[in-house]
Parts: sequence; C-alpha cells; structure tokens
Amino acid sequence: MMNNKIIFITIALVLAAAQVNAETEMADTFRSNGKIYVVIAVLTTIFAGIFAYIVYLDRKITKIEKTTKQ
Amino acid sequence: MVLLAYTVVGGLLMPVPRLDILNETIRNLYFHVPMWFTMLALYGAAVVYSVKFLRTGNMKEDIYAKQFTNTGIVFSIMGMLTGMEWAQFTWGAAWSNDPKQLGTAMSMLIYFAYLILRSGIKDEEKRARISAVYNIFAFAMLIPLVFILPRMVDSLHPGNGGNPAFSKYDLDSDMRLVFYPAVIGWVLLGFWIASLATRIGILKYKSEND
Repeated sequence: MMNNKIIFITIALVLAAAQVNAETEMADTFRSNGKIYVVIAVLTTIFAGIFAYIVYLDRKITKIEKTTKQ
Repeated sequence: MVLLAYTVVGGLLMPVPRLDILNETIRNLYFHVPMWFTMLALYGAAVVYSVKFLRTGNMKEDIYAKQFTNTGIVFSIMGMLTGMEWAQFTWGAAWSNDPKQLGTAMSMLIYFAYLILRSGIKDEEKRARISAVYNIFAFAMLIPLVFILPRMVDSLHPGNGGNPAFSKYDLDSDMRLVFYPAVIGWVLLGFWIASLATRIGILKYKSEND
C-alpha cells in the first residue's frame, strides 16, 4: 500500500514535471502532485457555493420570523 | 449524506485511470459533472411544477417552480465555476470560447432572465403565469444549447465533436463505483435544498397573505 503510494506520487510528479518543462506554463503549484490541487479547488468552490446559498436561505427565514412576530 | 460522504472520500482515494493532461483532475468527474446532472434534474422538476401550475392555477406550484429553478441556478453557477477551474489546468485557459462553454453560458443567461422577469412583474397571478410559460421555453432551449449544439461542432469538452463522453473511463469499473453514487447523492442534495427553499417560500407566501 505504502509502496504503491510512493510509486504513484513519483509517477505523478514525473508526469507533472514533464509537462511543466514541455509547456513552460505558470501557476506550477496547481500543476504539481498530479494536479490534485485542482480537485481541491473544485471541492472548495462547491462547498462555498452551497454555504452561500444556505446563508441566503437563513436570511430569508430571519425575515419571515420578523414579519410573523409583528 | 452517506452517499456524499462516500463520494468525497472515495472520490479522493479510490484508484483512477492515469491519463495524460488530466492526471488526478479526473477525480473532478465526481464533483463537476453531477453539478450539471443536479441542475438538469432541478430544472426538469421546475418544468413539471410550471405545467402543474398552468393546469391548476395553484400558487403553491408556482413557488415550487421558482425555488427549484433558483436552486438549479445555484448548481449551474457551481458547475460553471468548477468547469472553469478544471479547464484552466487542462485546456490551458479558464475560458476558451468552447462551444460547450458558450452554450451553457447562454442557457445560464436564459435562466437569469427568468429571475429578472419574475422581479419585473408586480401582479402575482400574472407573474406566476408568464414565468411558468417562460420556464417551459427556457428548458426547451437548455437542451439544444447544452446537449445538442456542442455535439455538432468541435469541442474540447468530452462528449462533444467526436469526443465521446466517458468512453475512456467507461471501461473503468472503479470509477463507476464512485460516479453513480456521486450523481445520486448530489441530485438528492439538490432536491433537499430545493425543498427547504420551497418550504421557506410557502411560509413567506402565507405570512404575506394572512
């Protein structure tokens, strides 16, 4: 298991390094480690999106609570 | 909840095919693609409620249609943003005027117009009627814009222009093991959030009409 992981990470790094060398692109952090950071960015976006929508719903509920109290 | 927890953990740790350029970002398949599935399901449900409203004239159906569309828009925004992030590191640019991107952007604008249309009409009955009709047309536009037109021209996006959707990954049973639960999980989450929004909408409607 551990060995597999090490092999995998090495392959991913080599692949990423090969690409960076071939294309000389920027923002290299996101391209290292097999671009796993892109997946993290995607997950963060979805989390932020759902969270923002829940906050928006929360505000709506507060509004209704205020009007029903009056 | 269980499905989504499984999706996130499995989606990050389960073995995936090693592909050039995509590398680990293939895992985005479990997150980016179900966003659009969820959006489509929510918009579809909104159409059902719009038709129901036109048949019955029950204001409740209008609230359902509105809130399901709202939630669908939230998912479409998340789908678009995640798609752009993915494209930035695989296609080389977040926005490359790809037919798929343009088609989805247009369909998003059509649905934004739905919100503007709703806020522009004061009379409740009229608003519900016109927006129900608009919603049905919007969905009818969405299908060709997102699923048919991009397929007829060259596109970078999988599933378009002789670029079949999952053919490369379809063979991988490990990915299916996560992908199908992921789709179900995200769609259920979408419907749950939409039903919360609807309940709030109905409460608001009641408190305004007492």
